[in-house]
Amino acid sequence: MENKGLSKVDLIFEKVDPKEVLIKAFKMTSDEIIKQMLDSGLKGRGGAGFPTGLKWKYTAAEKEPVKYIVCNADEGEPGTFKDREILDKVSYKVYGGMAIAGKAIGARNGIVYLRGEYRFLLPQLMKELESFHKMISEIGYDFKINYCLGSGAYICGEESALFESVEGGRGEPRNKPPYPTTSGVFGKPTSINNVETLVTTMMIIKHGAAKFTELGTKDSRGSKVFSVSGDTPTPGIFELELGMTVQQFVNEFGDGDTKAVQVGGASGFCVPRKKFQNTIIGFEGVPTGGSMKLFNSSRSMYNVLHNYLDFFAEESCGQCTPCRVGCQQLLKGVEKVKKGEAKSTYLNELIKLADTMKIASKCGLGQSVGNAFRTIVENFREEIIY
Amino acid sequence: MINLNINNQRVSVQQGTTVLEAARKLNIKIPTLCNHSDLCVAGNCRVCVVEQTGARTLIAACAMPVSEGMDIHTNTLKVRNARKHIVELLLSEHRSDCTKCYKNQKCELQALANEFAFGDTIFLDLVEDHQYTIDRSSPSFIKDDSKCIHCQRCVRTCTQLQQISAIAVANKGAHQKISSFHDRPMSHVVCTNCGQCVNRCPTGALVEKTYIDQVWDAIYDPEKHVVVQTAPAVRVALGEDLGYDPGERVTGKMVTALRQLGFDSVLDTDFTADLTIMEEGTELLTRLKKILVDGNKELSLPMFTSCSPGWIKFIEHKYPEFLSNLSTCKSPQQMFGALAKTYYAQKRKIDPAKIVSVSVMPCTAKKYEADRPEMRASGYKDIDFVLTTRELAVMIKQAGLDFKNLESSNYDSIMGDSTGAAVIFGATGGVMEAALRTAYEIITGREVPFKNLNITPVRGMEGVKEATVKIEGCTDDWKFLEGAELKVAIAHGLVNANKLMREVREGKSPYHFVEIMACPGGCIGGGGQPIPTSMEIRKNRMKAIYSEDEHMVLRKSHENPDVIAIYKEFLGKPNSHVSHELLHTHYTERDNF
Repeated sequence: MENKGLSKVDLIFEKVDPKEVLIKAFKMTSDEIIKQMLDSGLKGRGGAGFPTGLKWKYTAAEKEPVKYIVCNADEGEPGTFKDREILDKVSYKVYGGMAIAGKAIGARNGIVYLRGEYRFLLPQLMKELESFHKMISEIGYDFKINYCLGSGAYICGEESALFESVEGGRGEPRNKPPYPTTSGVFGKPTSINNVETLVTTMMIIKHGAAKFTELGTKDSRGSKVFSVSGDTPTPGIFELELGMTVQQFVNEFGDGDTKAVQVGGASGFCVPRKKFQNTIIGFEGVPTGGSMKLFNSSRSMYNVLHNYLDFFAEESCGQCTPCRVGCQQLLKGVEKVKKGEAKSTYLNELIKLADTMKIASKCGLGQSVGNAFRTIVENFREEIIY
Repeated sequence: MINLNINNQRVSVQQGTTVLEAARKLNIKIPTLCNHSDLCVAGNCRVCVVEQTGARTLIAACAMPVSEGMDIHTNTLKVRNARKHIVELLLSEHRSDCTKCYKNQKCELQALANEFAFGDTIFLDLVEDHQYTIDRSSPSFIKDDSKCIHCQRCVRTCTQLQQISAIAVANKGAHQKISSFHDRPMSHVVCTNCGQCVNRCPTGALVEKTYIDQVWDAIYDPEKHVVVQTAPAVRVALGEDLGYDPGERVTGKMVTALRQLGFDSVLDTDFTADLTIMEEGTELLTRLKKILVDGNKELSLPMFTSCSPGWIKFIEHKYPEFLSNLSTCKSPQQMFGALAKTYYAQKRKIDPAKIVSVSVMPCTAKKYEADRPEMRASGYKDIDFVLTTRELAVMIKQAGLDFKNLESSNYDSIMGDSTGAAVIFGATGGVMEAALRTAYEIITGREVPFKNLNITPVRGMEGVKEATVKIEGCTDDWKFLEGAELKVAIAHGLVNANKLMREVREGKSPYHFVEIMACPGGCIGGGGQPIPTSMEIRKNRMKAIYSEDEHMVLRKSHENPDVIAIYKEFLGKPNSHVSHELLHTHYTERDNF
């Protein structure tokens, strides 16, 4: 197990001259840009971790004349707030990343799908977008970005539900295949990337893939912005090199009494104290879109689980059976067990249900409800029952 | 071709085929719920999940296109466990009062429960956690949310096939439901009552509002004289609910069954279909004359047919500016109703107050139509109760009749005679064909110039059909039409009606006469017809309709002896004063929201 330890990095928020980076990028061919991304080992920063270079490669390979680059800024995972900070501080790098992606895949249009609750950022973002458009036309490059606002549904962060929302439909995930790279927004080949991913691509162009690969591990290259919250004396946004253990993270951010860390938000995994030492934060261990919630011994893990299940029962789009009904059953089930109205062994039935949801749900939402459920129930079973 | 293995059997299929379709080729059954051959793929019930070797998750067979070398297993332990869970989850949200449910033994969820979820229930009952509503506001159907499994077949039907979107998905998560505009009652939204949703609902969440008990009460009331009429499309579909394959004509057995159920007089809507041709044909020719010869600027073309109550409600909501283009003719059902309590009552010397008029229709919108306040020309409610084809089948079963072994018999007289032109009203294009057979002959004195009277260009399942009939050799009265080309169009399914109406609105429509039916395939695909429905089933019914036509001695409406008699004895001539009072109606502009 490769362990890089904990070290702070300043890549995402580092000030750069966007014009210089973009001129460099536009001089490269599509293949050259994609090769840089593939070489860098960059994986999507939204949580799912799909290799960015591959996504661009697939989209670039499509023959359609009209393609889109979509920036997923529907940051809704409980406990993550890093995209808000990135947009607030360095939106020009987000736009820059989109233009680079556009060049790589052959898209002239970008769409930023902004979380509805972040509407307050919009006036500033639009102003910065105007400067960006001006700069890019000065370079003599044709690329336009538009904003689209969400309305508060968590599911719209799922890429295909996001497309439906952009198109004016109900935010319901689509069947895959076809994947977005073939048929995304408006039925056109689309590369949809997280806010942070796009900023990272710009930095890879600036510094080169080789430099980027110096950071992180084989499976988790580079650095990542973490949203740290919960029982910590230092909540906030931190950019850290990938490859640390949960223990090293807790040593830095814990309050000395950390009993569990929820890595990756409600759809992520709960790591109990006994596993801190052997769990790497990253794709080889527990992946995260940035959400890191610390819980100390004053917290009831039943309440934590109940909160997550309540959230999912509310935020499932309701379309597919395993997710819509499964979430309700898990919620009601743990309530019954807690009240003593169901046997504690009923938790085993619920774990089986969570496993079914993982393999039979239509999209990532339903498929990941079981992550938190299983890891909390298995590690804190007595807190759920008593 | 794409090669794949399903349950270790090799199959080659076209690219774009789904795993479900490929499995069907091998006669491997994969259960489905949200899937329907008339609708786009949803992939939301997840009942059809199967295992693909190497895949992280199970895949939905209905939504997954095949790919080369795929290795699929449909019956592994993993698949069975997931399916059992899924069916159990659906049941936990579903009010399972099956023994009392109208869809008992016709419910697709029940059938799946029988296969996968018998024995102890795994999950907690969620029914009481939901505040389900049962909407009985429509005279045509009942929407019971406690039976809904959220498969969205109804939503896709209403959106895709009918372009109405009277029902849509609302809310999310546990609160997600199939709702109407602003959650209003179905009687107060833009709904055509076509019942296509009812026809595709796999459970008892959408069912027709039944009037079976009321009809039995009337039959057993010694004071009442109960007449029944049967629509053209019923006779080619009823058999499906009584053990026959789609496309079997059961006209004679149906008549016998109705008599044995106790109806006092078994009559035929086909009679008033023929009468409709006389009235509507005359109306069309008069309109053409007024516009072409008299230069009347108030009237306009095309003229639209008015037989389909779903279409009428549609145009009242969606294109009210064209209400004056609608034929003022009532539908055959309503013409019949008005005559049953006037002409028929007089002839049979029965007090109309004692007549109960029942119709058997392939349609749920007819229930709404019968309830319209303007449908009381006889001085009474012209049609008392409307039954669907399905309800008639239920009554036949309730009475314990051995339908398959019934002797055939003929309709009763007075309003029981009909022609082949009337029976084809049941298929899209039929009204047009019947009208042309008669109108052409009125104008020219000769039969329509089509072999064996079969006007094939207006037949078939194409969404919008058009035809041109050149009129030559007019009689003296109709000289103004000499050499004219009569342009007609036919649309079925409201998505196609919408297409045609947009053209009309944009002034791009060249037609003189347009037939529109709300349901796919026309009445044979009506919302009151036996379940299931599919293109293949509708085609079989259509074939049966045209075969019924070919087997009739008389095939032109104006030759119907009962029709000739009623004009002589009662109505005078087509579009007469009496006709206008009893057989014609007016329309109401309705909100569109």
